[in-house]
This record gives sequence, structure tokens and C-alpha cells, in this order.
Amino acid sequence: MGRFAPLLPELILSIGGTVLMMVAAFTGRRGSGLVSWLAVALLLGATAALIGAPSHAGPVFDNFVSEDLFASFGKAIMFPAAAIAIIAAHGWFERNTEHSAEYAVLIVFSAVGMSVMVSATSLIALYVGLELQSLAAYVLASYRRMDERSAEAGLKYFVLGALASGILLYGISLLYGFTGTMSFNGLAAAFGRGPPSLGLLFGLVFVLAGLAFKASAVPFHMWTPDVYEGAPTPVTMFFGTAPKVAAVLLATRLCVEAMGPATDAWRQIVIFAALASIFLGAIAAFGQTNIKRLLAYSSINNVGFAMVGLAAAGPQGTSSVLFYMAVYVVMTVGAFLCVLWMRDEEGRPVETIASLSGLAQTRPAFAAAIAIFMFSLAGIPPLFGFWPKLMVFKAAVASGYVALAVAGIVGTVVGAYYYLKIVKVMYMDEPAEPYARLRQPVQGLLILLAALFVSPLGYLLIGPLGSLTDKAAGSLF
Amino acid sequence: MTGISSGVPLLSLLIIIPLLAGVLCLFVKAEGARWIALIGTMLDLALSIYLWVRFDPDGAQWQFVEKLPVVGGVNWALGIDGIALLLIVLTAFLMPICIGASWRSIEKRVSEYMAYFLLMEALIMGSFAAQDLFLFYIFFEGGLIPMYLIIGVWGGAERIKASYKFFLYTLFGSVLMLIAMLYMAGTANTTSIPELMAYNFPAAAQKWLWLAFFASFAVKMPMWPVHTWLPDAHVQAPTAGSVILAGVLLKLGGYGFIRFSLPMFPDGSLQFVPLVFVLSGIAVVYTSLVALVQKDMKKLIAYSSVAHMAFVTFGLFAMNRQGIEGAMLVMLGHGLVSGALFLCVGVVYDRLHTRDIDRYGGLSDNMPGYALLFMVFTMASVGLPGTSNFVGEFLSLVGTYRASSWAAIVATTGIILGAAYMLWLYWRICFGTQRNADAAAMQDLSVREWWLLAPIAAGVFWMGVYPESFMRPMRNDVGRLLTRLERVAPAGDSALTLGKGAVHMDHGATH
Repeated sequence: MGRFAPLLPELILSIGGTVLMMVAAFTGRRGSGLVSWLAVALLLGATAALIGAPSHAGPVFDNFVSEDLFASFGKAIMFPAAAIAIIAAHGWFERNTEHSAEYAVLIVFSAVGMSVMVSATSLIALYVGLELQSLAAYVLASYRRMDERSAEAGLKYFVLGALASGILLYGISLLYGFTGTMSFNGLAAAFGRGPPSLGLLFGLVFVLAGLAFKASAVPFHMWTPDVYEGAPTPVTMFFGTAPKVAAVLLATRLCVEAMGPATDAWRQIVIFAALASIFLGAIAAFGQTNIKRLLAYSSINNVGFAMVGLAAAGPQGTSSVLFYMAVYVVMTVGAFLCVLWMRDEEGRPVETIASLSGLAQTRPAFAAAIAIFMFSLAGIPPLFGFWPKLMVFKAAVASGYVALAVAGIVGTVVGAYYYLKIVKVMYMDEPAEPYARLRQPVQGLLILLAALFVSPLGYLLIGPLGSLTDKAAGSLF
Repeated sequence: MTGISSGVPLLSLLIIIPLLAGVLCLFVKAEGARWIALIGTMLDLALSIYLWVRFDPDGAQWQFVEKLPVVGGVNWALGIDGIALLLIVLTAFLMPICIGASWRSIEKRVSEYMAYFLLMEALIMGSFAAQDLFLFYIFFEGGLIPMYLIIGVWGGAERIKASYKFFLYTLFGSVLMLIAMLYMAGTANTTSIPELMAYNFPAAAQKWLWLAFFASFAVKMPMWPVHTWLPDAHVQAPTAGSVILAGVLLKLGGYGFIRFSLPMFPDGSLQFVPLVFVLSGIAVVYTSLVALVQKDMKKLIAYSSVAHMAFVTFGLFAMNRQGIEGAMLVMLGHGLVSGALFLCVGVVYDRLHTRDIDRYGGLSDNMPGYALLFMVFTMASVGLPGTSNFVGEFLSLVGTYRASSWAAIVATTGIILGAAYMLWLYWRICFGTQRNADAAAMQDLSVREWWLLAPIAAGVFWMGVYPESFMRPMRNDVGRLLTRLERVAPAGDSALTLGKGAVHMDHGATH
């Protein structure tokens, strides 16, 4: 039994998820409420199970996965984010026609996949986790199957995702072929034997390309705006948070643990992807009129900043990536929860930026919350979103990549424009038709908590969160 | 006596009072918000005067020090020297006046407006009091958000463009400074500003660090050619917004030079003295000429601000006592005078709703009180002896002359041009025949407006007649800065030298 103790969170989720699937199958639509809340309970239970020694016991199953603090940190962000995606969906879908229990079950399975992703220390585990996560995500994207955009989003995501998986798999096969091992440690030893051979380099590039797709880093970002726009908003929120964390953390572990000796080889790729993501995310967002599309570009932009920390490598860089993703998830969850509240009088969701016009006059508190998230995503002090940006640039400067830091920070100014645009629409334009007022105390509370987290009060968390990320990053070195 | 002993975190209070008042404003209706804002800013003024009285000019460099370390993050480290003290007093003095100026002219969304003003006061106070590098940056940058909203929501017709321009321009300047700060914190292994002021960075690095900080402060100041955001922001902002922008926010640039660029990178500063002098010289002449042809009153005063700020940069980079003290006094004097001039524009704008100079004329007939006070501030802006700006500009010119006589010659033309555009402005508005019936029918100053302008006039004369009150607190701090700069200060071409004598020359030539 002791062997399974480190896997407790995954076990809770997989067994619980299977049970919930059965419940869902037998209760049908009636059970959607029950299954949703049970799934939230499972995810929170799995988060609670992360506390304690077994969850960072180290390698398990012959070094197939490693249950270390790095993985636990990622899970501690992803599970609650997934739970919030379930809560947010509750009351968003039309209860009678669309919302059924499998939504929550799919998110739980996706969470299992992500959990394997962040703990994987073998290429097989990496691939299995990634596919488990992605398959659930493809279905979720087309969850509103009667809606054309949703179906299109699902299809697009699936086709492009399959292509990316193929690229990744090809990279894995190259790595295996040239080293004869699947484990990260074995790969590290192989890379350590001298300058990597051409085959290994190809493998490395293909694997990183596959992961860049999952993290929606430029130049593999094309699916992001369409899928984010088409998918139902709670699903978009989910895509923007947990799977993104999983992909970034997986890439971090792979780069640091498996390819650590070949840092110079992957660093240039990461630097390119980082800068390209920052600038494309910032510039392409300019003309957007749909808030979900805009947030999609914002997520591309933000992944770029996280990758600046990855490019810095070393414990400090890794720690800054973790810090960045933690704060990013809170900001994104908050922003999307606000988007979920954008409904017209009949309760239909609205997605245009223009509909936010004059919100500060009709709904001051709501507008203030969005403004806080926007300024925070833009990284303007005194909001907390400034600090993770500072951390990644600090890591880049400390490892001597001053030019990268300067280029990245110029990108924040370019990006600031479109976040400002939302604030401008809300505060400086004439009021548009007001939104319907919703009675959703749980969502309201979550928005409030997220807003407080990114407010200057968040700075009080720098100490505890910083030491946690330092320790988590330390488990990779 | 250093002021630490009291145990009360006075500087934290200085920041927290307006912050709390600002939050409170959001929850009340317009009239309540006005009074809360007035009381909040008055409390802050009282507190800053108390600080001024308690400040010991001969005591420790940093007084009222507070430190609350936050593990792994920014330290809540506050403390002020005489230079910061004076700017804090200036800010606290102008704030209630701004609130008063907005009392009736702001009609819509009053609670929000007052909240942003108070938030801004808190952030400005924080920037002057911060002793931690990143804490300073957070306060410094944070000020952009309320100002962006103030310009964008309550501004004039072109407010949106102006607010974007203001935000993005200043943000762009500042982010480069952030990278430099990261490098400094990494190299010196401290984020404490007092420690960094004594740290010697390698000369090669100083060049880049200086440029990065310059990018930020030059935009904030603003210096030619990155001043273009200022006229837009000033013209579009509501009156009180212009006052705070000209009176206080621009001073953050000068403060930055005194606090960071000069003491932290003396070698870098020396290297770029010619650059600063050339840019300031162009600013003085060019923006003064631009001011001459403006048709919009606010724009004219905005351009005059750029010209006056050039005296500050001249004085600071002369790197001698006269120059630096003069620069500080120009900052204080300009804070009062430009604030007052914007208020004067606001007074007539509230009545006629135009800033077009041609729409006014002969106001001394129907508005004698206004004409009198406007005259006082015009003369102060020109630099008439007995007013605040004379002392500052004179000292800063003396300092500049000691560093470079050519720079002083160019700078002095600014005084002449300044007299030209200011007097011409005054003539067109207050003297001459009354061309417009509606302008001729305007009422003289109300009691509220007297209460806004009279204290500034008093301050202007106080600073002009007895500047010692303002020079005393900063004298030792300027002295400390000078010892730091001693090694690098430019030699100057105007020092008296012993003549060699014609005979001696002839004698020498035969060899």
C-alpha cells in the first residue's frame, strides 16, 4: 500500500472520476448538479492530499513519475483551477438542454492527465499524461455541440492537437532512438556526454515544438484564439489556466531535468518562443473586439513572459516560472469569471468588448474588478501581477540575459495598450445596455478573492509563496 | 534628535491617510466625497507640516525612518531627507487646493474622482518617502493608474488620446529603469536606497544604468524631445489634474535625478553632462518659442513648464551647490507657480468654457482681483525678484555658469523668452480692450477661489523673500550629495584664473 501513498491525489481523482462517470451514466441530466459538486469535492480533496510527506516522496514506479514538490506545486494550482472551472460552468450552461454531468467528469480526467504531466520523469509518462489531458480537452471544447462555433473549436483543436502530438511523438522517438532510454535521467546522462548529435537536436526541437503547441507559445499558437473564442466560456477559462500550467511546467521539467546539460541548445529556442509570444500576443490583440479572443492573446503573451524565466534556467529561473504561473492562474481565473458574468438582460452571454462600455457607471464594483485584473495582467504596479514579471526579469538579468529582459519588458509596454483599452471602454465611454444582475454568491466570492489576491495585499504573500517556489524549483536540481 | 524616537510611523500615516480616505470616498455620495477628500488632504497637510517642524536639519541624513522587512519581497522601508521633505510638503500643500479647485467644476462621478486623487496623493507621498528600490518603483509607476483615469474620464475633448499617450509614454520610460534596478539589486546585493547611494558601481556599468534611469526621469520631467506627452495631458486634464501634474508629478523626474542618477552613478552623470546640457538648452529655447505662438492658455503654460524644467536639469548637472539648491528651489517654486497658473486658467475656463486666449481680453476691468493674482503668478513665472522662481532660477543659472558659460548663456535666453510669452499672455488676457461681451460680463473671484489662490501667492512671496526656510532643511543633504560628486564635478570654464601677463608670454615665445 505504501507504494501507492505518493499517488494519493491521482488515485482519488481517477477512482473518483470513474465512480462519477457511473453516477452520471445512471442519473443522466438530473445528476449534473450532484456530480459537479462531487467533482469539486474530489478536486479539493486531491489538493488536500498534496499536503504531507508522501506527495513529495521522489521518484516512484521505477522513475516513471516523480512525486516531488515541483509536481505538487503545479497540482496545487491546477486542481483548484479545475474545480473553479466546474463551479463556473454551473449556472452558465442552460441547465435543461446543455449541461450534463460529463462536463465535470471530463475535467476530473483532464486533471488526472495534467497531474501525470507535471510529475512525468519519463517520455512515456509525459506522452500518456499529455494525451489524457488533451483528449478530455478536445471534447470539452466542443461541449456545446449544437453551437457551430463550439463544434468548430473542438474540431480545430483536435486536428491541430493531433498534429502537435504527432510532432511530439516523432521527437520522442528520435530521442529514444539516439539514446536508448525513455527516462529523463537517462536523457540527461546522454546529453551530458558531450555536444548533442544532430539526431538528438532534432528530437529536442520536435519535443519542444509539441510542448509549445500545448502551451500555445508562438509559433504554435494559431489554434488559441479560435478555440478560446469558440469554446464555451467556462471551458475557455479552464484552457487558459490549468492545462497551460501543466504544459509550461512539463516543458520546464523536461528542459531542466532531461536536457539540463544541453541548456545552450534549447535556450535559444525558448528565447525565440518567449519573445515571439510576448510581441505577437501583444500586437495581435490590438484589433480584437471579442473579449475571449483578446484574453487568448493575453494568454499567449503571458506564456512568453513565463518562458523568459525558463530561458534564464537555473533554480532562480525555474522558481520564477512557478511564481509566474501561480499568479497568472489567479489573474486569468478572475478575468474569466468576470467574463462569465457578462450577460444581457435575457441572460445570454455577451462577449464583445463594446458591451463593457461605461460599465464603471452601471456596475462600479464589477468594473473595478475587471480593471484590477487588466492592470494586473499588464503588470502595472502596485497590482500583484507586477511582481511575477519582476521575478522572471530578475532571473533573466541574474543569468546575464539583459537584452532578453529589455526586449521582454518593452513588450509589456506594447501589451499594456490593449489592457488599457478595456479599462478605457469601461471607464471613459458612455454606458451601454447594462448587464443582467446574477445571483451567484460563490462566483462573486471567488472574484472578490482573486481581486484581493492581485491587489497590493498580494505582496504580503511574496514571502511564503516565494520560499515555496524556491523549494519546489530546488527539487529539480 | 532624529524623529525616530516618537514611535509613531508618521510616514506610513502620510501614505495611509489619503489611501483610507480614498477608499471611503467610493462608498459615499458626491458631497460626502468632497468633504472626505478635503479633510483627508488637510490631515495630510497638517502631518507634513508637523514633519517639517520636527525635521532636524543638522540631524541624521535619514529621519522618521521606518522599516518593516517582508521576507523575499519588497521592504516597507520609509525615510526622508530634507530634499524629500520639501517635496512632500509641496505635495501636501497642493492637494487640498486641487480638491478645492474641483469642488464645483467636477460634476459627474465625484466620488470616484476624489478617490483617484487621494490614491494618487498616497502614491506620490510613497515615492518621495520610499527607501527601498522596488518600493519606490511600485509607488512611482502606480501613480500612472489614477492619473490615467483622471485624464481619461474627466478630461477635455481629446482626453482619450491624451490619457493613452500619458500612460504609455511614461510606462515606456520606466520599464527600462526597472531592468537597471534589477541589475543594481543583483550587483550591490541590496535594495536599500541609502546603501545604494553610497555604493560604487563599476564605471562601465554606470553608463548604461544612468541611461536607463535617464529614460524614465527624462520622460517624467519632461525633457526635450520626449516632452510631447505633456502638452496633450495638460490641456486635456481637468484643472486640478493639470495642477497636480505640473506641480508634483513632474517633480518626480527631478527628484529621481537627485536621488538616483547623481549619487548612484556619478561617473555616468559626468559622462552625460554635455547631453543633458544640450537637451536642456534646446528645451529652453525651443519650447519657449513654441509657447510664444500658442493660442491655448493651458498649452502655453504646459510648454513653459518644459522650459522651466530645463533650468532644473541645468542646475542639477552643473553639480555644484548653487546649481543643485537652485534646481530644488525651481522645482518648489514652479510647483507653486505653475499650479497657480493652471488654477487661474481654470477660473476663467469655469466661466466661459474656453481656453482660447483670443476669447478673453481686458479682464482687469471686470475681474480686478483675478487680474491682481494672475499678475503675481505671471511675474513669479517670469522670475521677478521677490518671488519664488527668482531665487531658484538665479541660483541654478549661477551654478550653470560655474560649470559651463555657454550653457549659462543659452539658459539665460530662456528667462528673456519666458518674460516675453508670459507678459504677452497676461497682456492679451487682462489688459487691452474688452473684445468679447461674455468675457466682459464674467464675475470676479469667488471666496472659494480666493481661498485657493491666496495661499499659493503667500507661498510664492515667502519663498521669494525668505528662501532660507526652504534651503535650510536641504542644505546638509545637498552637501552630502556634493561630497559624493566631488570627484567628478565638471571643472567649468568660468573660474577666475591668474593671468600670465603679456611680458611673460613674449618671453616664453622666444624659446
